[in-house]
Amino acid sequence: MAMSNPLFQYTLRLGDDLLILSHRLSEWCGHGPILEEDIALTNRSLDHLGEARNLLTYAGQVEGKGRTEDDLAYRRMERQFTNVKLVEQPNGDYAHTMARSFLFDAYHLPLMQALLKSKDEQLAAIAGKSVKEATYHLRASSEWMVRFGDGTAESHQRAQAALDDLWTFTGELFESDDVLAQMTQAGIAPDMAAVKAAWSKTVDEVLAEATLKRPADGFMATGGRKGMHTEHMGYILAEMQHVTRAYPGAEW
Amino acid sequence: MITKDRILELLDYVKDPEIPVINVLELGVVRGVEVEESGKAIITITPTYTGCPAMDAMAADIKKELLAAGVPEVEVKMTLAPAWTTDWITDTGKRKLKEYGIAPPEKTADIRALKGEAPVVLCPHCGSKDTVMLSPFGSTACKALWKCNQCLEPFDQFKCL
Ligand SMILES: [Zn+2]
Repeated sequence: MAMSNPLFQYTLRLGDDLLILSHRLSEWCGHGPILEEDIALTNRSLDHLGEARNLLTYAGQVEGKGRTEDDLAYRRMERQFTNVKLVEQPNGDYAHTMARSFLFDAYHLPLMQALLKSKDEQLAAIAGKSVKEATYHLRASSEWMVRFGDGTAESHQRAQAALDDLWTFTGELFESDDVLAQMTQAGIAPDMAAVKAAWSKTVDEVLAEATLKRPADGFMATGGRKGMHTEHMGYILAEMQHVTRAYPGAEW
Repeated sequence: MITKDRILELLDYVKDPEIPVINVLELGVVRGVEVEESGKAIITITPTYTGCPAMDAMAADIKKELLAAGVPEVEVKMTLAPAWTTDWITDTGKRKLKEYGIAPPEKTADIRALKGEAPVVLCPHCGSKDTVMLSPFGSTACKALWKCNQCLEPFDQFKCL
């Protein structure tokens, strides 16, 4: 991976996480369990897409090679995407979808709160928009965790299974490498130990209320930041990039 | 040459495409109006919600309106900071929202909001305080879905941001 432009890499990571999660959530459009939830999921997807657009547009500007948000979303190959593996995991049942969003939202909110103080003005401005919506997202996904966990035996068991399945993908959210170290040193990225502490506290509080067990830290998946993805990623891109690939330069 | 005052008058006609009773000034998204010596107008707007698809439409509508009124050149710029807040919706805007059947947002500095308590949202149909939120996400990015326990009608509430 080229290390020549860590701000580009860092902004791209933030954008890729949101783009892929947005795409996953958009797959629920028309399939939500009830009308309100169908609307809620597509709204959530749209919020993430808006954040991704801001971040990818800025990443393109930082890179300085004339790439637009569309170039970055539609004209990169799988190995060039730097999202964490958590966001590319399949929707599964509703407990899986909500657990995935809960684990992400609990990380995303403190990250955006910390980025408000970033020395990079544009990232701080983008965080200023995101933080308000991220608060809504975390509240909604937390409520669902409680409703499932403290609901029926069936919903409890499914929520616990979802957490147990997804837990292996949470380590990557806080992983450090050269890009992050440089950005933290420059005062652009926050101290991820503090973000992790906030995440951990939210997870503990919500799972306690939900009567769910926090899974033990075991093997943690890694590699997404370097472009190594799970087998699901190729299918996401095939669908997301299909029109652009089939009709290059098409406009409508 | 078209003056800044005239441009502000023209912006009165540019409505929010998703809530066509309220214009871009009442919505509080217009952050700057400049007229250059050439007559070119530069309008700076700020997005309401990050993913709001109406922003592109608003930018296009602003251009169309001003060009049609004889402004020779129009540029619409987008700025993210300071982040838009529902406090920037004018009182007239809030009244129009209510008349349209959308409960307007409470003030972000509302004492209840500061204490983390749920807002009291008045039913825009009958004025009752006996209302309940059905979903924090509504028909568009800016709205939550509520129900009135008094008149039993569902209604949209403009989310407080
Ligand atoms: Zn009512």
